[in-house]
Amino acid sequence: MNDPDCLPHPLPARRRWMAVLARAEPDSIAALLDHCGERPAHTVLRGPEGGLVMVRGRAGGGGSAFNLGEMTVTRCTVRTETGFVGHAYVAGRDGRRAELAALVDALMQDRDRTATIEARVITPLETRQAQQRASRAAKAAATRVQFFAMQTMRS
Amino acid sequence: MSNELVAGFADPVTDAQSCFRAVLDAMARPGKRHVVGGTSAPAPLCAAAAAVLLTLADHETPLWLDPAAGQARPWIAFHTGAAIVPLDQAAFAMALSLPDLTELPDGTDEMPESGATVILQVASLVTGRRFLLDGPGLRRPAVLSIDGMPGDFTAIWQRNHGLYPRGIDLILCAGDTIAALPRSVRIQEG
Repeated sequence: MNDPDCLPHPLPARRRWMAVLARAEPDSIAALLDHCGERPAHTVLRGPEGGLVMVRGRAGGGGSAFNLGEMTVTRCTVRTETGFVGHAYVAGRDGRRAELAALVDALMQDRDRTATIEARVITPLETRQAQQRASRAAKAAATRVQFFAMQTMRS
Repeated sequence: MSNELVAGFADPVTDAQSCFRAVLDAMARPGKRHVVGGTSAPAPLCAAAAAVLLTLADHETPLWLDPAAGQARPWIAFHTGAAIVPLDQAAFAMALSLPDLTELPDGTDEMPESGATVILQVASLVTGRRFLLDGPGLRRPAVLSIDGMPGDFTAIWQRNHGLYPRGIDLILCAGDTIAALPRSVRIQEG
C-alpha cells in the first residue's frame, strides 16, 4: 500500500460517501458525528485551503468541451491518530465543512468504524439530501409551463 | 490503509516565501548558511530539505529522488505533485549522497537556466571538511565546512564549474540549515 505506483483505484463506494459529505452542511455532519462516540484526534496535513476549479461542460452533452466558468473549492486533508488519511474537496469557502468531510472520509476507511459511521452519518445525510432534492424538484415542477398547451390554446 | 504522511508547511504562503528568500540569498552569497523551517519532514529527509522541496518543486518540475529516500515519495507526491523522473530528465534532484553530476541536465549555452539543481542532504554544514569558496557574490573567499561530501568533490566541482554558463547548482541541507554552491563558485580544499 506504500507503493505510490499502485494507488488504489477510486472505489465507487468511497466516491459515493465523499459525494454525500461534499454536499452536507457542516453542522449536520458535526451533529451526526457526535452520535458516534468520541471524535478521534486528528491532525491536518493540508488546508483547509481555498482555490478555483474550472467547470467545463459540453453543449447537449455531446458537443466539444467548453469552459463554463470557475468555481470556488475548498480542500482539506486530515490524518487520524490511527493513521488513516481522509481527503475532501467541497464547493465554497467553508473550511470547517472541508475539514469535517475529510475527517469522516478518514474514519470511513477504518474497517472498525465503517459500519457505525455509514449507519449514523452517511445514510442519514444521504436520505436528507434525497428528500431536499425531491422537494425542490416538486416545487419546480409545480411552476412548469406547458408551451405545447399555450400554442394549442392560441389557435 | 494507513500510511505515514506528515504535514507540510504550517503556513504555506509565508513559509514558502521566506524559504524562497533564503534560497535566493544562499545562492547569491555562496556558502552562507540560512535557517529554514516551518515544516515537518518525512523520514529520511531533514527539515531543511523538506522545506526547500516544498518551496521549489511542483507539478511542473520533474524531480529525481534518491532511491535511498524512497520512503519520502508519497509525501513529495502529495505536497508538491512533482513527477519522479530519471536523473537525465530532472529539473531538481533530491539526493542523500552526491549523484553523478554528469548525468544531470546542465542546460545549454542558449538556456543555461535549464541546468538542474541538486538538493543535497549532508550530515553537517558546521563540522567536516573545510572548503574555500571564491567567486561572484563573495567579496573575499569564504569558508564552508561540509560533512558528507565525496573525497574527490573538488575535482567533480572543477569540471562542473568549467562548464559555465552551463552547469549544476547545489543546495546543501543539514538539519534546519541550508547553504548553496551555485555553478559560478570556485571551490578549493581549505
